[in-house]
Amino acid sequence: MSAAAPQPRTKAGGLGIYAAAVFAFLYFPIVVLVIYSFNGAGVGGFPPRNLTLEWYRILFSDRAIWDAVLNSVIVALAAVMIALSLGLPAALALDRVSFPGKALFRRLVLLPLILPGIITGLSLLMFVRYTGQKLSLLTVILGHGTALISVATTELFAGLQKMDRAQEEASLDLGANYWQTFWRVTLPNLSLPLAAAGLLIFTLSMDEIAVTFFLIGRDNTLPLEIWGRLRRGMTPEINAISTLIFIFSVALILFWYHLRTRGQSSAEPLLAAEPESFQGKLR
Amino acid sequence: MKTYAKPPAKEWDHDASTTARAGADPLLEVRHVAKRFGGREVLRDISLDVASGEFLTILGESGSGKTTLLRLIAGFEQPSNGEIWMSGERLDTQPPYRRRVNTVFQSYALFPHLTVAENVAYGMRVQGVPRAEIPPRVAEALAMVKMSASAETPPARLSGGMQQRVALARALVNRPKLLLLDEPLSALDANLRRQMQTELKALQREIGITFLFVTHDQDEAMALSDRIALLRAGALEQIASPREIYNSPTSAYTAQFIGQTNLLTAQVSGGTARAGCLLWPCAAPEGPATFSLRPEHIRLVDGASGGNPASCRFRAKLENQTFCGSTDMLEIVSPDGQHLRVRVPSRGILEDEVDLEFSAKDCVRLRDAGSS
Repeated sequence: MSAAAPQPRTKAGGLGIYAAAVFAFLYFPIVVLVIYSFNGAGVGGFPPRNLTLEWYRILFSDRAIWDAVLNSVIVALAAVMIALSLGLPAALALDRVSFPGKALFRRLVLLPLILPGIITGLSLLMFVRYTGQKLSLLTVILGHGTALISVATTELFAGLQKMDRAQEEASLDLGANYWQTFWRVTLPNLSLPLAAAGLLIFTLSMDEIAVTFFLIGRDNTLPLEIWGRLRRGMTPEINAISTLIFIFSVALILFWYHLRTRGQSSAEPLLAAEPESFQGKLR
Repeated sequence: MKTYAKPPAKEWDHDASTTARAGADPLLEVRHVAKRFGGREVLRDISLDVASGEFLTILGESGSGKTTLLRLIAGFEQPSNGEIWMSGERLDTQPPYRRRVNTVFQSYALFPHLTVAENVAYGMRVQGVPRAEIPPRVAEALAMVKMSASAETPPARLSGGMQQRVALARALVNRPKLLLLDEPLSALDANLRRQMQTELKALQREIGITFLFVTHDQDEAMALSDRIALLRAGALEQIASPREIYNSPTSAYTAQFIGQTNLLTAQVSGGTARAGCLLWPCAAPEGPATFSLRPEHIRLVDGASGGNPASCRFRAKLENQTFCGSTDMLEIVSPDGQHLRVRVPSRGILEDEVDLEFSAKDCVRLRDAGSS
């Protein structure tokens, strides 16, 4: 979509149609999915008939689905905590310390972003087997957490690069030691990148399948639950849960975008209320 | 956390007239300090003393190492060689947060997530000053820089000049022995800049804290300082009072950097200096020498002959006359082709040939002269 947008106006006619086609290709399936979640006559058949909220009623009384949602949220929140708490020191090291092997370290940290999920998943599975652990949500959490450290590191590193280092020097100059400076100046300055990275990791973890597939025990996450049900046949209940996920994702993306533009458009940091309520949600 | 005893409140009412006194114990001693970044030598063998209560300006072009010297004193960089002492204690081995030195940063570096009052209170908070003591001191400091009305504002809403004042209050509220100012006025427009210069000088007199001020602006340095330390490519070129450094520059670089000057390449022999067709009595040692002659020390006279023996009269061609308000700047060429600048009280348009005179005492012999 972004390829079509910044073209000069003269070619607007042909390009407009092209852009419309691309948008249709991207979003038409989603629109169909949403519409059929209200279809009283099951998944097949055109046009949809007997519009109904029945599938949503069934969905809301389906224990297995909601257990899976809960599992996914637990995994995602834990992954956010792990990735941020390990990614921040890594980003700090990349930003301000020079040590032997730094270039190598930087690439190694980014590796999980590039590696196919199958490789990451398989290697983590072999590691878990080697240590004699049983597969469970815990192994999924560890898998997501470690695989997503790279996302946290890149986001926080970008935030640190934009930060005015003179502020930290001012803090030291005013008598705060390094530890006080970190808590009182560095961390508050990073509230925006921390929130952004947290949101990104949360959404990535919520729909992760490849790594999860190798590490899952008896408790399914939502994507695996849906995957498992599809093998037994499609019902509009799947459309209904997918529609809810879609709405939730769009809301998260809009919120993330909102945080980003605020961070860029003004030098002011977030007002106290918003990041706190968000962080409250994470914990 | 700093462990020094709280200074007496009297320190704020310190006697104003303190200036650099020879023989008084220096507050800060910089001894043979050098700084290298990688293989690049940024500072070379810098030694200087700063007296208590003094306003010392470190002046230099960009890249002369002046900011690096400031950062060494603040503790953000470590010297490669040499030592820095303050009040008889070794300073350069201490971390920045243990030094009784505060800095006003060029970018102000206010904390955007705190209000103005919280910014000012920051130093006292982290140093564990008793809670009850903080608000009155914040109020006092903000009143001092006339920013009381903006105490609860986030700094991003303030103009550059106002942020500058807050940065000053944030540093001074900690009652440092030494205040470092890194080109604090360079981001302000000309009018505000002049106003802040006046206020800064008045403030320094009032509170008697030693100021170490970094700038590349020689007019600013002249207007504010008790003494000026001129840096050139990482070395100390000359350190003296503004008058002395202007009237008796020791090098061609200083003479040209501080104000405008004419450089005369002369030969001294038999008590007379000769630069082309210009002759004047001179007691300097025999041999080649370079002299600095300020444009305002050359006068317009009537007639090419006469005058007293301790001066030099000559006739020259006027190439250009620029009106500068109260003065005119003349560009002239002597009969043997030397180009000189002359500043005279402004008058009407002059003729093509003018008669000029300067006194021998105004020709200042420079150290790095002639053959060297």
